[in-house]
Amino acid sequence: MNVRLYLWQRLTAVLMLPLILIHLAVIFYATSKGLKAADILARTRGSIAWASFYGVFVTAAAIHSVIGIRNILIEWSSLSKRGAGLLAIGLGITLLILGVRAVAAVVLP
Amino acid sequence: MLDPQSELSVTLWRGAEDGAYQTYQVPIRENQTILDVVSWVQRNLDPTLSYRFACRVGMCGSCAMTVNGRPRWTCRTHVSKVANDGRLEIGPLENLPIIKDLAADMRSFFEKWQQAKGVFTPSRTRDDTIEAIKPDTPARVAVDEAIECINCGVCYAACDTVRWNPDYLGPAALNRAWSLVNDVRDAGNVERLEAIAADGGCHACHSHQSCEQFCPQTLNPTASISGLKRRATQAYLQGEIKP
Amino acid sequence: MTKFLATRRQNILWISALVHRLSGLTLATFLPLHFLALGLAINGETQLEEFLRWTDWPIVKLAESGLVLLLVIHLLGGLRLLVIENFSWRNGQAKLAAAAAGISMIVAIVFLVRVF
Repeated sequence: MNVRLYLWQRLTAVLMLPLILIHLAVIFYATSKGLKAADILARTRGSIAWASFYGVFVTAAAIHSVIGIRNILIEWSSLSKRGAGLLAIGLGITLLILGVRAVAAVVLP
Repeated sequence: MLDPQSELSVTLWRGAEDGAYQTYQVPIRENQTILDVVSWVQRNLDPTLSYRFACRVGMCGSCAMTVNGRPRWTCRTHVSKVANDGRLEIGPLENLPIIKDLAADMRSFFEKWQQAKGVFTPSRTRDDTIEAIKPDTPARVAVDEAIECINCGVCYAACDTVRWNPDYLGPAALNRAWSLVNDVRDAGNVERLEAIAADGGCHACHSHQSCEQFCPQTLNPTASISGLKRRATQAYLQGEIKP
Repeated sequence: MTKFLATRRQNILWISALVHRLSGLTLATFLPLHFLALGLAINGETQLEEFLRWTDWPIVKLAESGLVLLLVIHLLGGLRLLVIENFSWRNGQAKLAAAAAGISMIVAIVFLVRVF
């Protein structure tokens, strides 16, 4: 872990603090009357606000989690630093693609 | 047969990396330290036992070993405080290669000290006036809180980030770097901050605080490292360093 | 391994670092599954709705509550680190770590009670 990775990880963490609190509020609200696809999609379909919110959230989460995973790989696996870095980037790209796809799935009309 | 009323069962590491533990019976004495126990074995049971000590009064840090799984100064550790049912397990300091028996190879510990630029870089010569340092400035207070490190290696042996990350410079080296970063006389801070902002530098610390827990000088390397994180990040954002 | 853990389990900050790491790892493993589930909406409402009916099962509600626990404990543990790293040193880290655990459990229990 160096100063660059540290900054990216801590800054995405700070960015996600309010995002997670909002997400938790959404979770509590959405599950209060049983989780229904129709209700969820009624909120998200065609919503620029939700698209932006979750777009930012997904990107921050992908960056943040992958730096953490790289640390775990370096410290707990026998991968080299380079190998850990490459695997982490691969996982990050996968998360980003899946995340953007998920946002598109619920937001696109 | 071990008489638990009057004898301790003491297990000591013998050999190098491929060695093994060996058990000895040592008479219990009042006010016995771990160093007393190790010395008794070497003098009465096995003269081939290798171990380090010097001052035996808690000043030099030479006698640091792993006692029942944790690093301590053996001259300042009373048997009564750590023996589990009259049993002791003593080994060399962890996270370091073993030379023989209870003596660990401290070279990598000192090499990382150098890597962290834990060396004072003067800004004045003998021909200049001596710089006046007030002891109550925040910078000097920070230095004084970190400066009593005597390089005993206990924090390094206690640290699991050292254990898991071979690049990690470790609490002692970083603590010393912090004391120099705050020393207004020092001229080497660009190189030093670059060294501790690189991979394996202060940002690798996970704040377990094992170093603070075990430091026999009651220092707090975690606090020093937190300070370094702030300084290094600030210097990086302001373009002062390019690690 | 057991000897290793036995010597560290008295250090609450070491435990909280382990919890932080394991909760993060679990959340990072859950995340792609979460994205795949939401991605079911790509083909319209029905596939997502079918999947969401699993959430009526009590065991799934329990798992959801566990995820909420992990999310909150990871957030609070991270917040504690941000405080250590960005403000001047304060003692009493152990109390903060314990408080983080306590608050997370309360939030998770409230969630569990509400979904049942």
